[in-house]
Amino acid sequence: MSEEQIKNLEAQFEARIARDEKIEPKDWMPEKYRQTHIRQMSQHAHSEIIGMLPEGNWITRAPSLRRKVALLAKVQDEGGHGLYLYSACETLGISREELYEQLHTGKAKYSSIFNYPTITWADIGAIGWLVDGAAIINQVPLCSTSFGPYARAMVRVCKEESFHQRQGFEIMLKLAEGDPKQKEMAQDALNRWWWPALMMLGPTDDKSVHTAQSMKWKLKRKTNDELRQQFIDQTVPQAELIGLTIPDPDLKWNEEKKGYDFGPIDWDEFWQVVKGHGPCNKQRLNARVSAWENGQWVRDAAMAHAEKQELKSNNKAV
Amino acid sequence: MNTNLYNYILGLADNSLILGQRLGELCGHGPTLETDIALTNIALDLLGQTRSYYQYASSLKGEEYTEDDIAFLRTEREYVNCLLVEQPNTDFAYTIARQFLFDSYHLLVLTELQKSTDLTISAIAKKSIKEVNYHYRFSSDWLKRLGDGTEISKEKMQEAINSLWTYTNELFLPTEAELAISESGVGVNPEVLKAKYYDMVQNVLEESCLETPESKWFQKGGKQGIHSEHMGYLLSDMQYMQRAYPNMKW
Repeated sequence: MSEEQIKNLEAQFEARIARDEKIEPKDWMPEKYRQTHIRQMSQHAHSEIIGMLPEGNWITRAPSLRRKVALLAKVQDEGGHGLYLYSACETLGISREELYEQLHTGKAKYSSIFNYPTITWADIGAIGWLVDGAAIINQVPLCSTSFGPYARAMVRVCKEESFHQRQGFEIMLKLAEGDPKQKEMAQDALNRWWWPALMMLGPTDDKSVHTAQSMKWKLKRKTNDELRQQFIDQTVPQAELIGLTIPDPDLKWNEEKKGYDFGPIDWDEFWQVVKGHGPCNKQRLNARVSAWENGQWVRDAAMAHAEKQELKSNNKAV
Repeated sequence: MNTNLYNYILGLADNSLILGQRLGELCGHGPTLETDIALTNIALDLLGQTRSYYQYASSLKGEEYTEDDIAFLRTEREYVNCLLVEQPNTDFAYTIARQFLFDSYHLLVLTELQKSTDLTISAIAKKSIKEVNYHYRFSSDWLKRLGDGTEISKEKMQEAINSLWTYTNELFLPTEAELAISESGVGVNPEVLKAKYYDMVQNVLEESCLETPESKWFQKGGKQGIHSEHMGYLLSDMQYMQRAYPNMKW
C-alpha cells in the first residue's frame, strides 16, 4: 500500500470515529490503534485476573456464610470479566497464550492497586467500595468507546461492577455501624486504601503520556484528573454517611468549583508500585506464574484427550 | 426438637460446606481461567445448599439460633461431614477425584431426597440436584480428560483415585440419625445406594481408562465427628473471624 493510500484510509478511519461509528475486528485500523487497544484491553483483563487474588485471600475466612457466598460470586464474576476481555482482545489478532506470556514476564502491566495486601476483612469492603468505585468511573465511559468488542464487553462488566461496589459499601456500612472494633477495622481499611484508590485513576494530566491519543479514539472521555475529582466528589459524602473519615487533612469542600480540594498524592509510591516494588507485586505474579506452570500437565492432558476424541470421531465417520 | 432430623440435616449440609470451603481455597490458582471459574461456581452452589440446610436446621433449634452459629461455632468434634470432603487440594487430580467421588454420591442421595416426606428437604433436594448434575458432569468429564489424556495425567489421576478411595465406604455406613430418618421416609439410608454407587463410579473409571482400586481397607469416623488432622486447620481458618469477634453482625 502506498503512503497516500494509507493516509486516505487513516482519514476515513478518523472520520468514522468522529461520527461515533464502531470499529469492528475486520475493519481496517491504524497499527497504533490496534497496539494501544491490545495494551489497554489486556491490561484490563490481567487486572481482573490478578484482582481475584487479594479478594480470594478472604474466601475461606469470610465472617458469615452470606458474605462468603457474595465474595465467591464476586470473584467468579471477575474471572468472567477476564474471559470477556481476553476474548475481545483476541479479536485484534493476538492469542491468549501470548497475552499470558506478557503478564507472566512482567511485560504487560495490571492495575497497581492489586499489589496491596488484604490484611483484614474490612479490606474486602474497601476494595468493593473504593477500588470497584474507581474502576467504574474509569470504565463507564468505555461502554461507548470506539472499538466495538471492547465497548460491548464493558457494558456487561459495568453492570456487575456496580453491583460489587454496592456490596463493598454495604460491608463497610455494616462495620461502621457495628461494634467499636468493627468500626476501627473499617476506618483502618479506608486509611490504607484511600490513596491507592486515587492513584488507580492514573498519573496527573501533565504526566499522562497516552491521554491525548486516547481522547481522540474515545478510549477516554475525561482526563485522569477530571475522573479523580469525580471519584472524590462522589465518595466523600458516602464516607460521611457512614461516619468514616477520609485520611486527608487537606480535604475541603470548594464552593467555587463545587468540588473537593484534596491533598498531594504520593506519586513516588505510585511509581514504585508500578515498577514492581509494591508490597505484593512479587507474590501476585508468583501466584499466577505457579498456577500456570503447575497447571501445564492439566492443559496438556486436555489437549491430548481432545485429539484422541477427534481421532475417534473421524474414524467413526470413515 | 427432633434431634435425629436436626443431625440428619447437619450431615447433609456439613458435606457441602466443607467441600465448598476446600474449593474456595483454589480461587485464582487453577490450571486455566475456565476451571477457576467452574470450581468457584461449584463452591458457590455447595454453599448455597449449605445455607438452605442450616437455615432449616436452625429453625428447628429455635429462633435465636442462626445458620452462622451452626457453621462457625461448632468444634471439629461436632462437625459430621464425611472424611472425603475435608481432604486437601493436593493437586488438580486430587481435586477432581474428590469432586467426582463425592458428586456421584451426592447425586444418588439427592435423587432419593426429592421424594422426602419432609417438604423442606425435598424442596432443597429438587433445587440442589440441578446443580449437582452440573457438578457431576464437570468432574466426570475431567476424570476422563485426565485419565485418558497423557501418560503423566493418567498416572496422577490414578494416584488420586487410589488415595481417596479409602474414604468412599464411609459414605454408606449409616449413622444413627440416618437410620432413624430413613425409617420415617424423610431421609435415605445410604446403605441402599452403595451397590449403585460403586457401579456408577466403576463405569466412569473404565471410560477414563483408570483402574478401580481393589483395596478393601477403608477409613471412617467423620460422620461421628472423628475427623482427620486436616479438619482443625480448615475450621481455624473458616471460624477465625467469628471466634475473634464474637456476637457481631457482618
